[in-house]
Amino acid sequence: MADTAAVHQFVDKLKASNPAWVDEVIDSLGEVSIVVSRESIVDVCRTLKEDHNFDLLADLCGADRGPEEDPRFVVNYHLFSTKHFNRLRVKVRVSEDDAKIHTVSHIWRTADWHERETYDLFGVVFENHPDLRRILLPSDFDGHALRKDYPLRGYEPYSMN
Amino acid sequence: MGLENKLVESLPEVLTVKLDAVVNWARKSSLWPATFGLACCAIEMMNTVSSRNDLSRFGAETFRASPRQADVMIVSGRVSRKMAPVLRRIYDQMPEPKWVISMGACATSGGVFDNYAIVQGVDKVVPVDVYVPGCPPRPEMLVHAITMLQDKIMKESMRDRQDTYEAESRVSVVPGTLPVTEGTALERETEIEVAQKQVPRPYTVPSRHERRRSS
Amino acid sequence: MSTAVENIPSQFEVLDTALESQMTLSMGPQHPSTHGVLRLDLRLDGELIIKAIPDIGYLHTGMEKLFEYKKYQQGIVITDRMDYLNPLGNNLAYVMAAEKLLQIEIPERAQTIRVLFCELQRIASHLVWLGTHALDIGAMSVFFYCFRHREKILNLIEAASGGRMTPSYFRIGGLMMDLPAGFDRRCKQFLDDFPEGLSTFDTLVTGNTLWQSRTRGIGVISAEDAIDWGLTGPCLRGSGVNLDVRRANPYTGYEAYDFEVPVEKDGDVWSRFKVRMREMAESHKICRQALERLKPGPIKADAPKVVLPDRDDMRKHMDSLIHHFLIVAEGFNVPPGEVYMPIEASKGELGVYMRSNGGPKPDRVHFRGPSFVNLQALPVMSEGEMVADVVAIIGSLDIVLGEIDR
Repeated sequence: MADTAAVHQFVDKLKASNPAWVDEVIDSLGEVSIVVSRESIVDVCRTLKEDHNFDLLADLCGADRGPEEDPRFVVNYHLFSTKHFNRLRVKVRVSEDDAKIHTVSHIWRTADWHERETYDLFGVVFENHPDLRRILLPSDFDGHALRKDYPLRGYEPYSMN
Repeated sequence: MGLENKLVESLPEVLTVKLDAVVNWARKSSLWPATFGLACCAIEMMNTVSSRNDLSRFGAETFRASPRQADVMIVSGRVSRKMAPVLRRIYDQMPEPKWVISMGACATSGGVFDNYAIVQGVDKVVPVDVYVPGCPPRPEMLVHAITMLQDKIMKESMRDRQDTYEAESRVSVVPGTLPVTEGTALERETEIEVAQKQVPRPYTVPSRHERRRSS
Repeated sequence: MSTAVENIPSQFEVLDTALESQMTLSMGPQHPSTHGVLRLDLRLDGELIIKAIPDIGYLHTGMEKLFEYKKYQQGIVITDRMDYLNPLGNNLAYVMAAEKLLQIEIPERAQTIRVLFCELQRIASHLVWLGTHALDIGAMSVFFYCFRHREKILNLIEAASGGRMTPSYFRIGGLMMDLPAGFDRRCKQFLDDFPEGLSTFDTLVTGNTLWQSRTRGIGVISAEDAIDWGLTGPCLRGSGVNLDVRRANPYTGYEAYDFEVPVEKDGDVWSRFKVRMREMAESHKICRQALERLKPGPIKADAPKVVLPDRDDMRKHMDSLIHHFLIVAEGFNVPPGEVYMPIEASKGELGVYMRSNGGPKPDRVHFRGPSFVNLQALPVMSEGEMVADVVAIIGSLDIVLGEIDR
């Protein structure tokens, strides 16, 4: 459907800057995703924003692959460029016992609330985030609601007493 | 508010029937709702107020933003767990006589959302007079709910609606209602007192509507 | 702000110094002007805002978790309740993401009807925006005019799908059912009456000096800041950036329609207002073109395992009956993969990230709500403004809490 050749050019340029950054390139259903390791996410994002004009962070969302998988959580960064209208997805996989990623809110300021939401619903901690606290769930909520092992109906019904 | 209650307490019942009829007619004909629009049902409530289905024909002329000036609270939309204490607080701030219409499936019973985040029915938080099903209910259904509430009001008696004394309502807290009291010493002391000495929890209004409060 | 006053009698003391401390005002979840249950923590110095911190989550419904427990076609119903002013837009995003995963082709009549309804929904959403924005700023009667026109659109949507505000009209593979008889005539009648409404709004609001003085120069955000904060939609176009997902990454046949993308350069409340007013006129143009293009044809894709068969087909043929039963009872398996499907909703870029692991229920569905991202920029826009201007700024952002809190 979409033209992925243009996006592959950017990925190739990224790999040319530092081949260690990109672990894997996935091209399916008209979209290109690259899997990046946790340590290099900030460098990759900065390069993509400044050198390749991916200036709009459209979305930052987490996903839970299930409690048996390792690494358990995937954080997806959906990048968009207002200059050449291309989209790229950057994925970072983190395991459950060490669910930390460095924040990108100093690169795109919009990542602020997205990272708070991912922390709130999954428990992935973003290091050096200016204000990491719960955003959607009540502040005294116990647990992270969108994990696969959190039950749909929660643990107790709401009561005022 | 205060004067007619004192009058009613002192007079025998045969004399207050006519007074009841007049007072109830006045109350039902000018039910001013408090704006408590939460979600999609709020937009249907706005549709009910707008010119096609005009709610002010039935007396609901102005939607007051301040609960202190409102008669009926139309809970329109889903009530999440974070919002439930706020809902209770707004209800507490309304002066008697007050009524609650639970509009829509989410307010009545949790609706489509049977999960960790939504209170399954707003009657777990406030006592409800009229339930309106629908997702969202058509504006005509909300108008019908207001007329049903008006019929209900006509059958009430002034003896039942005692206003709480202001001092009592300022000081008394239902444990777990206001977020600030949860986990504090005041809540623990009240629970201990209620359990051991069998005193009723503060903020009980001696009214026949008390029975409607669930949980 | 403060004026030197002369000739005050000596018994009155005039305090004309700045406050020593800030006041924190909680513009609470129950407020007539916050367009839903939004709480703003305002740090004030007198009337001047030092910081405005939004506090959201009062309408969190756990929809994203709910999607994982429902089959794909059951999830369409939940998407209606997200951005409840633009339910057909939400439906479209979800359905198109699923169709991308399934790789189904949608027939042309279904695509044309989808465009028609999306634009009608955009007009309806902007009418609510205009009504409530004007109501907050003080022009009450505009509210009633807007809702009068909106009733006609809701009647059209109800005629096609049965639901005024929660239609669930788009299905995976096409539409729920075909347009009823006489729909073109009613739609054409609405489209003929609408420009008169637009000129009424121009008279009442756009040309009004009071409106202009309350909205010009308020809540300014520059183009670079807007992109950095992730703004999309009319908020971004009001700051001078020409970006519209219908042009950047076209979908549902939008390439073939002739419309302009309105852009204004000042970045204040007035520019965003102008952008949305012009967008209503452009949507009106697109609706006319879509109505003309409407040709008879199938409205569901040719994918018997995914799309429900016609009722009499189901009654006569055994394999249709079996397909119908399996689709309704078990759902269809979607091949594993992940997609991000952005559309231009009335508030901005609505993106759906959908991940499937091969089963009948999605593995993860995430909605990138444009209001969620637009609200983030509120502190930037309202620093240094007065409290009364916050109301105008929130109105110009056009937020819907159902989409923010999901």
